[in-house]
Amino acid sequence: MAAPVVSRVRNLTGSSSERIGLTGLVLVGVALLAVGARWVSGPIALVVLVLAALVVVGFITLAVLGSPETKRALSPYGLLKPGSLWLAIFYLAPLWTLLKISLSSKETRFAVFPTFSWEFSNYGKAFSDFGPQFTRAFLYAGIATALTILIGYPIAYVIAFRGGRFRNVLLGLVVIPFFTSYLIRTIAWTSILADSGPAVKVLDTLQLSGVLEFLNIMQDGKLINTPAAVIGGLTYNFLPFMILPIYVSLEKIDVRLVEAAQDLYSSASRAFRKVVVPLSIPGIFAGTLLTFIPAAGDFVNAQFLGNPNTTMIGNSIQDQFLRQNNYPVASAMSFVLMAIITVLVIIYSRFFGTEDLA
Amino acid sequence: MSVMTKRGRAGRAALNLFAAFGFLYLFLPIAFIVAFSFNDPQGKFNIVWSKFTLDNWKEPFSDRGLTDAFVTSLQIAAVSTLIATVLGSMIAIALSRYRFKGSAAYNFFLVLPLTTPEIVLGSSLATLFLGQSVVDFGFTTIVIAHAMFQVSFVALTVRARIRGFDWTLEQAAQDLGASPVRTFWKVTFPLILPGILAASLLAFALSLDDFIITFFNAGSTLTFPLQIFGAARVQLPPQINVLATVILVVTVAIMGTGSFMGERRRRRLGQTA
Repeated sequence: MAAPVVSRVRNLTGSSSERIGLTGLVLVGVALLAVGARWVSGPIALVVLVLAALVVVGFITLAVLGSPETKRALSPYGLLKPGSLWLAIFYLAPLWTLLKISLSSKETRFAVFPTFSWEFSNYGKAFSDFGPQFTRAFLYAGIATALTILIGYPIAYVIAFRGGRFRNVLLGLVVIPFFTSYLIRTIAWTSILADSGPAVKVLDTLQLSGVLEFLNIMQDGKLINTPAAVIGGLTYNFLPFMILPIYVSLEKIDVRLVEAAQDLYSSASRAFRKVVVPLSIPGIFAGTLLTFIPAAGDFVNAQFLGNPNTTMIGNSIQDQFLRQNNYPVASAMSFVLMAIITVLVIIYSRFFGTEDLA
Repeated sequence: MSVMTKRGRAGRAALNLFAAFGFLYLFLPIAFIVAFSFNDPQGKFNIVWSKFTLDNWKEPFSDRGLTDAFVTSLQIAAVSTLIATVLGSMIAIALSRYRFKGSAAYNFFLVLPLTTPEIVLGSSLATLFLGQSVVDFGFTTIVIAHAMFQVSFVALTVRARIRGFDWTLEQAAQDLGASPVRTFWKVTFPLILPGILAASLLAFALSLDDFIITFFNAGSTLTFPLQIFGAARVQLPPQINVLATVILVVTVAIMGTGSFMGERRRRRLGQTA
């Protein structure tokens, strides 16, 4: 009985094995997702797992017995399988459990784990109780992203076009500060901006405090624990994520294009605006995503550099989840944060999007 | 470049000056971290400069909690990086070596974990672990959390590094009678190994420094960043700065050696080619 099966396996064409490979990958992925997200539980989960294991065994059998063509068609799916299953359980399934808990409520006051009950009021609470935190998160992250472009673009430009043989050294210098711990770097800013610290002293000596007070950067002679300090911390901590992608896109630019523009009587600034900037848009795009997304969810800078009136949504999620154990509302906030960011990214990529994001 | 006007030259100088200030800004907190490792703080918080001392460097490991947490962090990073490097490299090879159905969708899927805010990754993973009894929050859940985002990171980095790889080398080896397995280990693997190593080093650094995702999935286990965060409410001993300085020097040394070796390797290959 085995012989005809083996011969059929040997005669599989490349494209049908490709179909089998893809289906197998998706099937096993969904099975693990189902178990991880607890769509199924108990004995059924066991059955699903056994079925998934059978698919894997069948897949391996095919790969061993099949023709070279089959083997070739199956190998990418085989290579993808372990990593994909890992991501199915530990990335996709958690998003599902997050959504589920965001719609759950505690049956009694003393229940540790909330039960699912279509509790949409969690989302209402997320908006009504934490609206300012949402606003601040996106406002601060937006300003910080704009600042990283303003500070980072010239740095990337100088490294790319004037670095010469020191380019790699300069790039190294951009990265080195970020080999110290994120928290320690942020805490270092508390020393710099402290009331008796050097920044305030320098500003006082230069008599710039008045100007900064006027600009609302300083408040009552203080630099630390102000919104400006939080934004400054975010800007600092995410600056290399802006510099590096911009550098990568600037470095690819053929300098002769700029020369050509100037040969055609374009002024230097016009050549910059019409040639260099458009060609570096992919870098700015990638840098914006790499800066804005983590900045919007950050709570470390607001914690160390801010005050109770500068908390961001990250602080609230962290507080509700880990201190109040209010999992449903915290999950609802997380989910809203992700949804808003996804929508923003989609809109943003419509305008500036490029193919080579990754 | 064409003829330089006076204004052009001034603009050039201004831009260079701006960049120089930019670098100053990048290194300002680092200078503070290193300087404050020589501070003799008054009180429990090493935030205000008081006077110079070498005492902190005489006993860099005197804060047991900090040292233990650092060892835990190293262990977690080692395990999670190993998992992520194997899984991520396999994905990278599949994506750059083969053309297959669904690869575009897969690329998109792979970027997703890196474009999700850390706080969402952390809290969602915590909800996965909350209602089950297979693993408790602790070492294992932190390893899983780190390896989760490292897989995508390693896959994308390795794929970028091996983009220009000449896959016909494999055909050449097989034409000469090597089996596919032998071809992989004798030809492909040695050539893509530098890319894999570079990606795993970066992934290791990401794990070591991760705070937000870890914070949600740690239980009572303390990693280095968690220990600092917890301590920061009651005290900030100068040993934090000493350890940070040591880590900085060691990573810069590793980075420097790595790029030196890479340069030498390139030069050697360039000469033989």
